[in-house]
Amino acid sequence: MTALARRKTPIGYNFAYLDEHTKRMIRRTILKAVAIPGYQAPFASREMPLPFGWGTGGIQVTASVIGPDDILKVIDQGADDTTNAVSIRAFFTKTTGVTTTERTSEATVIQARHRIPETPLKEGQIIVYQVPIPEPLRWLEPREMETRKMHALEEYGIMHVRLYEDIARFGHIATSYDYPVIVNGRYLMRPSPIPKFDNPKMDRNPALQLFGAGREKRIYAVPPYTEVKSLDFEDHPFEIQKWDESCALCGAHDTFLDEIVTDDRGGKMYVCSDTDYCGSRRAAGTGEGE
Amino acid sequence: MTASGTPEETGPLLRVSSVTRYYGPIVGCRDVSFDIWPGEVIGIVGESGSGKTTLLSCISARLEPTMGTVEFRSRAGKMTDVYRMSEAERRFLMRTEWGFVHQHPRDGLRMGVSAGGNIGERLMAVGDRNYGAIREAAGDWLHRVEFDVGRIDDMPTTFSGGMQQRLQIARNLVNGPRLVFMDEPTGGLDVSVQARLLDLLRVLVAELRLSVILVTHDLAVARLLADRLMVMRRGEVVEAGLTDQVLDDPQHPYSQLLVSSVLQP
Repeated sequence: MTALARRKTPIGYNFAYLDEHTKRMIRRTILKAVAIPGYQAPFASREMPLPFGWGTGGIQVTASVIGPDDILKVIDQGADDTTNAVSIRAFFTKTTGVTTTERTSEATVIQARHRIPETPLKEGQIIVYQVPIPEPLRWLEPREMETRKMHALEEYGIMHVRLYEDIARFGHIATSYDYPVIVNGRYLMRPSPIPKFDNPKMDRNPALQLFGAGREKRIYAVPPYTEVKSLDFEDHPFEIQKWDESCALCGAHDTFLDEIVTDDRGGKMYVCSDTDYCGSRRAAGTGEGE
Repeated sequence: MTASGTPEETGPLLRVSSVTRYYGPIVGCRDVSFDIWPGEVIGIVGESGSGKTTLLSCISARLEPTMGTVEFRSRAGKMTDVYRMSEAERRFLMRTEWGFVHQHPRDGLRMGVSAGGNIGERLMAVGDRNYGAIREAAGDWLHRVEFDVGRIDDMPTTFSGGMQQRLQIARNLVNGPRLVFMDEPTGGLDVSVQARLLDLLRVLVAELRLSVILVTHDLAVARLLADRLMVMRRGEVVEAGLTDQVLDDPQHPYSQLLVSSVLQP
């Protein structure tokens, strides 16, 4: 593999940028994380050639699991063509020489920022999330010692206090992204800032879900077919966002929509946030617009 | 274990045996022993630095004593050493059977959470997941501590000191603890607010048959609330007995000094 890698990466970096020892360390951490679903396993996060907060955790995880035969897809807010996605894709093309794709169904490794693709994931795929703040209890309890203890003793009542506050203030649970979940009936987990629309997709997903937080030096995971339950109250059950509109390009009415301002007179349109899904629907002739 | 009848009535609720705490060579408290029975209020008085707070921390499972044991009677009637429990059990005990009222409400409240959320926290911590029921309990308790129920969604920062203290008390009592520790609950409040709070506490203690361990330097507070009194000095209990007895006929020279130091307006 390394011989192949050397041949394919002309610019003098080791395959996938990280040295082999680092990758092994990260893989060990990933194994730990997979063994205890939802548990935040600490790891020695490395300096990457981009600032913390730009996806260094996700990139390190991807770099550790990717092989020369993998097909990589990178999305940012659902789109394949935004800055973050383009740069990370270019980074891996340069340092690994792997094939990249925009098609969710073709990819073996998907690095995502803030979305899960609309096309259902399948067995054998890995989705890597970029995580800014891994600790779900952070804004409620600032002490790291205390939050670790709360995880160890499964003291998660305070998370419901936050949801209570939402209902008391807004009449419904207003948290719309990074919505807290319980993984495998045990660990409270932050699903990274994906919209809560995507939370149900995490539940019993056939793909392996890995979460990397570079600045906070934590990796956690949801193994395939693991139960992921969003927190709620009996009388205020968990609900996902709904739109009255459907996608202006492909006509889909069951996807996560972005609002796009089209002029300065209040004109706007709603389109799918997942560009690949939208594009393939239009290519298949299901679209209505354009 | 061999108890007959109602287990709660067969013995003391909390047994403190020879509790001693050193801070290096410095004595925090030394060889303190006492029992507290269900429904009883014990006052611990003494000047500042006499070890009252150290003792309270030791018996409320917040600071492990250097020597001695603290045993609590579970609902099943069994005496258990609180420092021998697993941490999970101890923390569970602390938020179900016990309450702790801090001197400064800011230490005991979540300042970024509304009054209702503050009261509901303990309910949610033990698994209550019905918003309507939690809110109803919170409203009920706000009423009991003499709040306008319309303030249920207000932040504690918008409350006065006395209101914050009442909120802290409601937050501690919402899930029916059997033992409440209070560290100078009326310290820092002006006298009229103090009187109202004491009145409220007296009613609640009687109504709920609470056992209370009350630390105070204010003899008037002790006189009003406590059934029994312990006078502490330099980490040791110098005199203990019924409140009226200790205050009206102090035996130890230090107790005499303490009682005679009270200002008469």
